[in-house]
Amino acid sequence: MTTLVRRHIADHGQSTGVMIGVLLLILLGTLRYDNFASLYNLSSFLNYNAMFVLITMGMCLVIMTGGIDLSVGTVAALSSVTAAGFSAHGLEVALPVGVLTGLAAGALNAFMIVIMRIPPFIATLATLLAAKGTALVISDARTVPVDWASNFTQLGMNNVAGWLPWSMLLTVVVGIALWLLVEHRPLGRVMLAAGDNEDTANLMGLSSGWARTWAYVICGGCAGLAGVFLASGFGAGQPLEGLGWELTAIASVVVGGTLLTGGRGSIPASVAGALMLGLIFNLLNFENGLGTFNLSAYWQMVIRGAFLFIVILLQVKITRPLAGD
Amino acid sequence: MQPLLDIQGVRKQFGKTLALEDARLTIQRGEVHALIGQNGAGKSTLIKVLTGVHQRDGGDITFNDQPCLFSRPAQAQEAGIATIYQELNLVGLRSVTENIVMGREPRRLGGFIDWKRAHQQASDILAGLGVDIDVRRPLEEYSTAIQQLVAIARAVSRDAMLVIMDEPTSSLDESEVLQLFEAIRRLQQRGTAVLYVSHFLDELFEICDHVTIMRNGAWVADHAISDTRKAVLVADMLGKDVNDIETHGATDFGGALEPVGELLFEARDIATRRHLRCASLQVHRGEIVGLAGLLGSGRTEVARAVFGMDALSDGQMSLEGGSYRPVNASAAIHQGIALLAEDRKREGIVADLSVRENLTLSILPSLCKGVQIDHEAERKLVEHYIEALQIKVSDMDQPIRELSGGNQQKVLLARWLATEPQLLILDEPTRGVDIGARQEIQRIIQDYRAQGGAVLLISSEFDELIEGAHRVVVMHEGRSIDTLNNPGLTESTLVAALSGGQPPTSDDGRGMQKASVRPSTSRETQA
Repeated sequence: MTTLVRRHIADHGQSTGVMIGVLLLILLGTLRYDNFASLYNLSSFLNYNAMFVLITMGMCLVIMTGGIDLSVGTVAALSSVTAAGFSAHGLEVALPVGVLTGLAAGALNAFMIVIMRIPPFIATLATLLAAKGTALVISDARTVPVDWASNFTQLGMNNVAGWLPWSMLLTVVVGIALWLLVEHRPLGRVMLAAGDNEDTANLMGLSSGWARTWAYVICGGCAGLAGVFLASGFGAGQPLEGLGWELTAIASVVVGGTLLTGGRGSIPASVAGALMLGLIFNLLNFENGLGTFNLSAYWQMVIRGAFLFIVILLQVKITRPLAGD
Repeated sequence: MQPLLDIQGVRKQFGKTLALEDARLTIQRGEVHALIGQNGAGKSTLIKVLTGVHQRDGGDITFNDQPCLFSRPAQAQEAGIATIYQELNLVGLRSVTENIVMGREPRRLGGFIDWKRAHQQASDILAGLGVDIDVRRPLEEYSTAIQQLVAIARAVSRDAMLVIMDEPTSSLDESEVLQLFEAIRRLQQRGTAVLYVSHFLDELFEICDHVTIMRNGAWVADHAISDTRKAVLVADMLGKDVNDIETHGATDFGGALEPVGELLFEARDIATRRHLRCASLQVHRGEIVGLAGLLGSGRTEVARAVFGMDALSDGQMSLEGGSYRPVNASAAIHQGIALLAEDRKREGIVADLSVRENLTLSILPSLCKGVQIDHEAERKLVEHYIEALQIKVSDMDQPIRELSGGNQQKVLLARWLATEPQLLILDEPTRGVDIGARQEIQRIIQDYRAQGGAVLLISSEFDELIEGAHRVVVMHEGRSIDTLNNPGLTESTLVAALSGGQPPTSDDGRGMQKASVRPSTSRETQA
């Protein structure tokens, strides 16, 4: 019996664990803070975290293939600038421009990594710098105001049915598509196989290069869309934003149980990981609001770090003993 | 009827090395065909040429009535050739089903994978091979034997007409081998041909119909398995006369030498999970004990067990009279055991580090003064060894990758000698090394022995064993089957003992001869 439970935990434990964690945090917040369960907090939480959920999903694909993408944050910043620049033409133009910016960056990453065989860490670091530089050049290092007269800001500021932000709705659609890709399309399975052992995947006659290319391109696209949310939600293209987002995304993916070495990964669990990190941030803000003690933003970072450490410790504790059987 | 596969006069060159000269292989539909030969004979190269990993430089290959030239493994798979490599080409984290169907998943409307049908297909194919497992589990949860059967199932799912198995039994135990043979017979019943590459000759007589022998990259002979004997196969592989192997002379030149020093190490009936079934041997101080055997006979496995890399599943070892049971290599090193591994490039040198750094890698802790490395002492030590072993370097800070194979090997020897081991295990210490350096390395080993060191020498070079070893323990199929004493050791006694057929008794002695089991021009490309 215990082995059955342990086996279940090893198979799904990480994702169920994270999801239970998310529920517990929500319960804690609801019981402890008056306004936590309010519609306002819900929609602003979902709106703010849509960006992080998006880049986390893209990062999850890349990490599944055994790679890493450090450029997601600055690519999102660059996309926020290009999208804001086209905001006068309305959402129907600005959104594709932002996403295309991200896809282009992803294609560049894929070209360097898959064709030129540059290690992902280095290649995406180069893209990180290049995207940041480009964003600063075209924005003249200032925030780029959006056209408030167009429908551009509706995406980042309006809700469906009064509580579900458009940005989160779109993110959910993308998430379902990516989940189907990973679990039910051959391409997604090849991504996992390539991440487990690329040589082997090739010997099996699978085109792992193609799968890895798609992972980086999709990841870039997700970052691009996150950039559009950023510009739309804050009313401006933000060339200086995005640094550190890649680390948040990687942390979320890890919390969701995806192996950093590749070969294993789950979109829903990664989303739960992103929500969990976001919730902790949200709860700490409420805690500050209570006034019992005052945590600066820096202390919040320390707490998040400690939390991450505990999660990974648990991850190791739960999965390692089973590997020994 | 046309044969399924016909390979004629295939040539393959790597740089200046001719890996295949005149390779021939003819396989009929539905037969199990063995391909044998010593290490470096070109078997692996031939398989890689056939499966599109390498391109041939000449010759003809006809498969299924079509002339073929595969430039990628995927093309060969498409044509109906499936290969099951020694290192299994499967993805361990993915489910058994995926490993079988990936690349040809059953789809539903819209291109989504139909998992239900996929699992069904996978378990049906496995059932056809006599395997009943949960196909939803990650592959890595299953034993190597099952993983191998999954690889075969993958081949079956592609309707492969020819399945190539490279050393399929090398990591299986006896019951697993039977399970594999059962699967092979079922493949055969389906009309699938199997190309079976193995070093274990006894197996061939159980499972194969035909056998092709290669030597030095060329075809040597072809036999129906029912018309041949093991001694003939061994003679063909080694390029010797079969009579020489079967009728070993009976002159007795000398008996056993008295052991030079007291007993240092003893292994009794040791066995491990890695194809070591039952081996016993003794090594005394100041003695060189040879370990002979064909590839796959368990020589290296003995070394691994003594060095603490594989845990014993049976038997005992003792060192200096006390019980010896190393839990890992580090424990073995602490007790004064050193192992110079066979694969110099992979397990030995750190290519970009200097000669000095490579040499002192194992003894750094003892060179430390406080927390710092005592560079003065380090340089002195390195100087000593460079001079004593005559290592040719421009200076000790030269990167080791710039050195010749022989000099690299000397540095590695020095590394181990610097740990001042009681027992030095050498696995093919002169492989890939030129003649001059070879003699120098042999001299170093002799010097070490003369100072009271004990040596366990694994070698495929007959002359090395005949000239160097006091005694030679003969391994066959994971067992130590005989001990031959020197003087009195000859090539023909060794060859006869190696084939394992009728081992001569240990007192048989013959005149001195020089020869080698392996071709003198070693072809590293095959490894």
